[in-house]
Amino acid sequence: MLTLYTRRRIINAIGLAISILAMLFGLFWLCWILWTLLEHGLPALAPVVFSQMTPPPGSSGGLLNAIAGSLAMTLVGTLIGTPIGILAGTYLAEFGQRGWLAPVTRFINDVLLSAPSIVIGLFVYEIYVVHVKHFSGWAGALALSIIVIPIVIRTTENMLRLVPTTLREAAAALGAPQWKIINFVTLRAARAGIITGVMLAIARISGETAPLLFTALNNQFWSSNMDQPMANLPVVIFQFAMSPYEDWQKLAWAGALLITLSVLTLNILARVLFRQKAASH
Amino acid sequence: MNAENTAPQNLIAPKLVVKNLNFYYGDYRALKDINLSIAEKMVTAFIGPSGCGKSTLLRTFNRMYQLYPKQKATGEVLLDGANILDNKQDLNMLRAKVGMVFQKPTPFPMSIYENIAFGVKLYENLSKNDMDERVEWALRKAALWTEAKDKLRQSGTSLSGGQQQRLCIARAIAVKPQVLLLDEPTSALDPISTAHIEKLIDELKEDFTIVIVTHNMQQAARVSDYTAYMYLGDLIEFGDTSTVFTNPKRKETEDYITGRFG
Repeated sequence: MLTLYTRRRIINAIGLAISILAMLFGLFWLCWILWTLLEHGLPALAPVVFSQMTPPPGSSGGLLNAIAGSLAMTLVGTLIGTPIGILAGTYLAEFGQRGWLAPVTRFINDVLLSAPSIVIGLFVYEIYVVHVKHFSGWAGALALSIIVIPIVIRTTENMLRLVPTTLREAAAALGAPQWKIINFVTLRAARAGIITGVMLAIARISGETAPLLFTALNNQFWSSNMDQPMANLPVVIFQFAMSPYEDWQKLAWAGALLITLSVLTLNILARVLFRQKAASH
Repeated sequence: MNAENTAPQNLIAPKLVVKNLNFYYGDYRALKDINLSIAEKMVTAFIGPSGCGKSTLLRTFNRMYQLYPKQKATGEVLLDGANILDNKQDLNMLRAKVGMVFQKPTPFPMSIYENIAFGVKLYENLSKNDMDERVEWALRKAALWTEAKDKLRQSGTSLSGGQQQRLCIARAIAVKPQVLLLDEPTSALDPISTAHIEKLIDELKEDFTIVIVTHNMQQAARVSDYTAYMYLGDLIEFGDTSTVFTNPKRKETEDYITGRFG
């Protein structure tokens, strides 16, 4: 006859073992993915990758135009999406207690947040690309910004809600008008969290392929004109990885490694930043 | 229920006069026909068990409740004769005259200096020098100057809990209000910090009318000149502190202060 305490210890051990197994199972695939990436990507990551354009099949080349295009579209997409997201998130958190507008906005935002990115690509194709009759970097940036907006709205609202009510009351008790309370007290208090959200949004869009396939498409040459089709890493990877040419496949691995490393870096930075902020409170 | 409302009726100069004040959280009536007067440049304490309405009463004095759409007050609160519950009264000007310090320290996410300058800048356009002087004056008044003078540019959150609370007092008095509302200002602090703040309250009443809400009856006895005992939204007894504590008129008050209840 087992005592209650022994039984509890056994159940605890079983639970712990199952949890650890589940964790190992999840980590196993992640490590395998990272390992494969490093195995194929590292040898392909030669200096020419950063100095030459995407090559025609059979000749050597790099990913410079794709890297530049990805950076440009990610930057523009973030610059468009971030202010809209922060303003809308602020509205939801600070003014959204009354009326019907805020709950409706919040609901639509949640839908947008989980919308498949290929739908967003098709949407921008339909409303923009079809009308100007050519693919372009602007269209790509626009599609990316539509992905950024709901992420930033959500994190901004959540971070502002974490700011204690007493802080708002303290500012109000001094006689500060609401716009000053929001600008100088609550947004400042939530700053690290909001920046984290923006960084996670950047990490998310830097790997998106589907929205760019229908908007920026690709460009084999250097393009600094956002009104032209623009090369970008995800689409180049998609195209090169599917090709039968070994040079192209190697470049695809290099590109995949680059994206993964930058997303990893952004995620780690975001975490470090948020943790520092949390520790100072 | 009519309160035993003795001493402050014959006050020479009441700063605040509360007349037939009722307060509602939605449909719930949290204050029931409150009548009392707050003496100028004295310390008045509100005591009573949790939920008795003492904080609610305090928060009508700067219309803090207006942040929340479902809360409302009826009746009158006269500050120097003018009804502050009247919506025609400018809310921000009222809050310039009536400062408030909260239960938990609430330093803003900015430097110690900016924490104090924030409120001042809302009402006055001071030169750099004048602002420096005002910040020093406020910090000295709040007995924080010696500890903070070398780290004015550091974040307000870098201070200890007791220091943060004194920073909040400095921030409130920097605006030069006439009334200072203290909502359980020491309940989150250790005994030493509490003693600091209590000593401070004693000094501050030379310049300010102080109203303090406290859970701690010894604190009320130590710092206040007048004490109001409240229970379930009623003002049970109000009088000068020594009478309320040594010779209460009502049995409910006696039960509470002797610890037989609450």
